Amino acid sequence: MEPFLNFSVISDNFTYFMIGRFPHGPLGGVGLTLYLAVVSCILSFFGGMILGLFSISRFPIIRYPALAFINVVRGMPLLMVIFWMYFLLPALFGKVAENNTVIMALTLFTSAYMSRIVVAGIEGIPKGQTEAAISTGLASWQVMLYIVLPQGLRNMIPSFVNQFVSLIKDTSLAFIVGVSELTHVATQINNRTMAFPTEIFIFIAVIYFFLCYAFTSLSRWLEQRLSWSKAI
Amino acid sequence: MITFTGVHKWFKNLHVLNNINLHVTSGEVLVVCGPSGSGKSTLIRTINQLEPINEGSLVVDGMDLSDKKTDINKLRAEVGFVFQQFNLYPHLSVISNITLAPMKIRNIPKKEAEEQAMLLLTRVGLAEKRDAYPSQLSGGQQQRVAIARALAMKPRIMLFDEPTSALDPEMIGEVLAVMKDLALSGMTMIVVTHEMGFAREVAHRVAFMADGILLEEATPEDFFLRPQHPRAQQFLRQLLTPMQAE
Repeated sequence: MEPFLNFSVISDNFTYFMIGRFPHGPLGGVGLTLYLAVVSCILSFFGGMILGLFSISRFPIIRYPALAFINVVRGMPLLMVIFWMYFLLPALFGKVAENNTVIMALTLFTSAYMSRIVVAGIEGIPKGQTEAAISTGLASWQVMLYIVLPQGLRNMIPSFVNQFVSLIKDTSLAFIVGVSELTHVATQINNRTMAFPTEIFIFIAVIYFFLCYAFTSLSRWLEQRLSWSKAI
Repeated sequence: MITFTGVHKWFKNLHVLNNINLHVTSGEVLVVCGPSGSGKSTLIRTINQLEPINEGSLVVDGMDLSDKKTDINKLRAEVGFVFQQFNLYPHLSVISNITLAPMKIRNIPKKEAEEQAMLLLTRVGLAEKRDAYPSQLSGGQQQRVAIARALAMKPRIMLFDEPTSALDPEMIGEVLAVMKDLALSGMTMIVVTHEMGFAREVAHRVAFMADGILLEEATPEDFFLRPQHPRAQQFLRQLLTPMQAE
């Protein structure tokens, strides 16, 4: 009798799950998922920071476009943003690698959400801090850079982590445009072998869980290591 | 050094400063007192434009605050401000709290800025706390660091907004001692406070405010012994014998 679950399909295709056809072909599987997540994560950190600062700028000409962008993106499903980038970027710039269209989509989408975290973090710093700093003669950009953001960032960390965990999971949507990250690899193997969908999707669920869990643990460790975390 | 001429300010419908005329000369120590909500904090916050004025003219150290061309950041660097709630930067050590502004605004090298900061810390009696964080200090110590931070820009004027009101009674003395030392060194100071002992001993002049109006200006002897205005008489009575106040 056949065993209820047969995980040999995993061990047979393990390298393919992890890195796709690399190094003889393009990177895929878990490797590509991590690549998409890490690059989008770094870009959307800065994107969110810039959008957030723009959206509370004194100058309407900066503030309103930023707010409009944030609200439009937040009102769209991520899948649609991915399609948009997939068709729009090549139309504008000629040939763009699929990986990059996905990174662009994830970055724009996540930046819009991150910007609200940045604003909340900035607004959470007591007014007295700003008043004390401008009273010593610091210009408002210096107050933001040296006083408000360093304190605000610390308060933003838990929300950032949330957003990045979402981002790791959102990379799975890239499979729709044929980017061979983990979910795409899993559907490929499933289509080829036909008989083991349960095993395959249990396996990638576990992998997503561990990726997210490792990231949460890492950020908790980082948070505790911030030298002045005990100071407040 | 500081001249208010017909200054008005409103918060919505509330007339917080009503026709203020006041002149403070260089080296003078002025204590401003009055019941809460009388506008005394607002008065000193207008001097470094934490609160803009709506009407009248205010000239500080030769700079006209109603002139749009006045560089407000430059003015603020010349005016030290000490807050009721200290407002030290919690993410920076004591020494960094003090050296930040001189290094970023005056471009003083770190080593030199730290040497100057240590002189100031010694002056306020906290040299051994240079590497501590604000949360590790008592309220009185935090306020003394805040005074050192304000002095680090070598201001020509120091403003104190109820500097001892948030402190436990046993810590008030150490802060007042630092302020007294500063007054004796010839600093121009405006102090909003309820510490009448300090006013009597250190102030050259006392100003009394109520409902946004500057009701009385007098030497400490005259103000405490012969207050003219009924509101001032009532205020002093309540201050001296709070239990019997009606």
